[in-house]
Amino acid sequence: MSEGNHEGVHRHPAPTGFIRKYIFSLDHKVIGIQYIVLALAAVLVGMIMSLLMRLNLSWPGTSWPILGTLFPGGAPNGVMNPEFYLSLVTMHGTIMVFFVLTTAPQGGFGNYFLPIQIGAEDMAFPLLNMLSFWVTFVGFIVILSAIFLSGAESTVGPIGGWTGYAPLSALGAIAGPGQGMGMNLWIISIAIFCVGSLLGALNFITTLLNMRTKGMSLMRMPLTCWAWFTTAVLALLSFPVLLGGGILLLLDRLAGTSFFIPGGLYVSGVLSGTNPNFPLHTGGSPVVWQHLFWFFGHPEVYIAILPGMGATSHILATFARKPVFGYRAMVFAIFAIGLLGFFVWGHHMFISGMSPYSAIAFSVLTLSIGVPSAVKTFNWLGTLWGGRIRFTTAMLFALGFVSLFVAGGISGLILGQSSLDLAMHDTYIVTGHFHLVMGVASIFGMFSALYFWFPKMFGRFLNESIGKFHFWITFIGVYAIFIPMHIMGIVGMPRRYSQFTEYEFLKGLHPLVVFVSVAAIITILVQFVFYFNVIWSVFKGAKAPDNPWEATTLEWNTSTPPPHDNFAGVLPVVYHGPYEFAVPGAPNDYVMQTDSGVEVTSGNGHNGHRH
Amino acid sequence: MSTEARAGHFPAVDWNGGAFPYRVGHRKLGMWLFIVSDSLTFSALLIGYAYLRASNNWPTPFPFYPSIVFSSVMTFCLLSSSLTMVFGVSASAKGDKAGARKWILATMFFGAAFVVLHLIEWKHLLDEGLRPFFLPEHWAKVFTLADGTPPTALFGATFFAITGLHMFHVATGLIYLAVVAARVKKLKHEDVEISGLYWHFVDLVWMFVFPLIYVLSVDMHGALGH
Repeated sequence: MSEGNHEGVHRHPAPTGFIRKYIFSLDHKVIGIQYIVLALAAVLVGMIMSLLMRLNLSWPGTSWPILGTLFPGGAPNGVMNPEFYLSLVTMHGTIMVFFVLTTAPQGGFGNYFLPIQIGAEDMAFPLLNMLSFWVTFVGFIVILSAIFLSGAESTVGPIGGWTGYAPLSALGAIAGPGQGMGMNLWIISIAIFCVGSLLGALNFITTLLNMRTKGMSLMRMPLTCWAWFTTAVLALLSFPVLLGGGILLLLDRLAGTSFFIPGGLYVSGVLSGTNPNFPLHTGGSPVVWQHLFWFFGHPEVYIAILPGMGATSHILATFARKPVFGYRAMVFAIFAIGLLGFFVWGHHMFISGMSPYSAIAFSVLTLSIGVPSAVKTFNWLGTLWGGRIRFTTAMLFALGFVSLFVAGGISGLILGQSSLDLAMHDTYIVTGHFHLVMGVASIFGMFSALYFWFPKMFGRFLNESIGKFHFWITFIGVYAIFIPMHIMGIVGMPRRYSQFTEYEFLKGLHPLVVFVSVAAIITILVQFVFYFNVIWSVFKGAKAPDNPWEATTLEWNTSTPPPHDNFAGVLPVVYHGPYEFAVPGAPNDYVMQTDSGVEVTSGNGHNGHRH
Repeated sequence: MSTEARAGHFPAVDWNGGAFPYRVGHRKLGMWLFIVSDSLTFSALLIGYAYLRASNNWPTPFPFYPSIVFSSVMTFCLLSSSLTMVFGVSASAKGDKAGARKWILATMFFGAAFVVLHLIEWKHLLDEGLRPFFLPEHWAKVFTLADGTPPTALFGATFFAITGLHMFHVATGLIYLAVVAARVKKLKHEDVEISGLYWHFVDLVWMFVFPLIYVLSVDMHGALGH
């Protein structure tokens, strides 16, 4: 049977040496864990940067001696420079968006569980899989190197923000500290990252389309698989555009072209063309960069959050002991969100001077994403309705995901209207909005996924008591950080400024700024408890059986942790939809997908719905 | 598990996974996906080109002879290479490995001819004074508008960036085909077919580059006195 299913090209024997087994591994499970470790390292860097930013915002001018020792140029005598702050903004955004929110949800959990959940032995292209991780790793090293090699003593990278807006990003060192070598390293890192993501996306799509086991029809796949598949399609179509834009940006910087640089620029006291450091540029358009960047950048938002949506659906059903409400509608909503995600990039550019007519089109399309988003939200609530809920840590984080997605999404309806956005775009309301909906919600999806799948991955549970402590402090903490930012934004506090104490109209907000910083410090400290929990539980956690959560999908069919070829040589055959909980007449309250002995007359998935 | 007996119970509403009889192989599907993604990279560049062209005074300096005639010969080479590749894949489908190798070598010959002609053309333009960041002085003079707006130096930038990226793809394809030709006896037919997909894609990209970059830049009014 297994021969009939697969070409056999990806069959590789279990490696024995340490390097082949754990470093240059072809096994999708090891590669998945590598991605997760990469994300855990990257998030630590990004988080410490956000901590430094908060310190500077709430207590400007204070001397932090350790900072003065580490970065004598950026924080002389321990007092942060404005440029140092701006480079923190850039690097925090870049590291978080690319190396955390894009790697862990897709490369990490997707890599580990997509093949198992569809009943495959590995990904379609194991070698490509290994390459995509190591290419991504090189990208991470390059972006880290920008911290120390930014070309300016006073920064830890470029200062133009994670969007790399031209002309600031296209001019070279003349545009400011860190915009020389720091910006070069930034573009090179992102280009490398694009290649790694493309290889990964290609692999995911091929695996899912070609390698499902017998009985695993598309409409019997867990919603996680639908989410990873859609994410891969988005990555396949959006990263090449960023790659194209990155090539042009690099040409502007290194070959003297002017794709994104208009004529007559006067920068740092020098007119374009009057100085060898600032050669003549004419005719380019910074808006072209914005179009290319956001054509990638908006789908990227969904690349970050769709896997979290998939994991949330999966985990809510498991711990509510009910089928996912409206499975088909959930699948179509995932696809609708992915599709619409390609037609709304202009809402990032309402204030870039584009035609108001196109702003209306982008605005209407943006608001229409509210429809599939609402379908998902109500279906999550419908799944919970009347369920016998088991409040595990994974479940709490999944519930937290729904909460954050709604709370962050509501302000999206405000910002998506071009007329309102004109006033609010460059304020803290945008910072609050996207951190809640794209940043923290995605992270909650990943926390949920980690608490849920950790027993399968390592054979031991994460500690539930520490987990619940971690959840409650983090959940309250992120709301305490990001909800006040909405208020600051409406008052008119501009984002990306290094300090606000000079502005009369913002002085009243200072206590709120301090409150946010205190909340951020507490929340960040609790994450170290989480790190401790992960490391401790890998070695000392309570031992987990094969199916500890009484779940239904294929990963719970195999041993814990799964063998090298996932199913010990015998591929499973699937008879049911993915979420057959509380089936009338069944011996247990859950029916495994492989359970051939149970008759499910009208089931979840392609057989229709049962309530 | 009585797997085979149960398997018959599946409703035929959609395919139940497993070995789909009409599916394409992993590698062929992978190549198609790569082509989709790579075509978006080219689209990004061509759309950026369109935007910049529409918002600037764009010079149209290519004379029919020699520029267009020369680039038409290049186009002819690339089209011929696609034809020989079709014969190569067809020979491979019939199991004629030696024939497949000959046709792939012919494809490489036309592809290499394209690259050589392209480099000659680049050298010609560089000698004339075109750079990624400025136009030859006599072009700048001729194409300045009545109101004094000079033609944009982005002509060279888009020209070298887009044709350069395409040439890089052709060069990569030559290496790819060389590997396929060398190992054709060991490869399955599908692998030969996949290399054909890539080669036809590179050819197809040129079918966009040629009209958009060359034909649209013809010096219709003989402004440069050709």
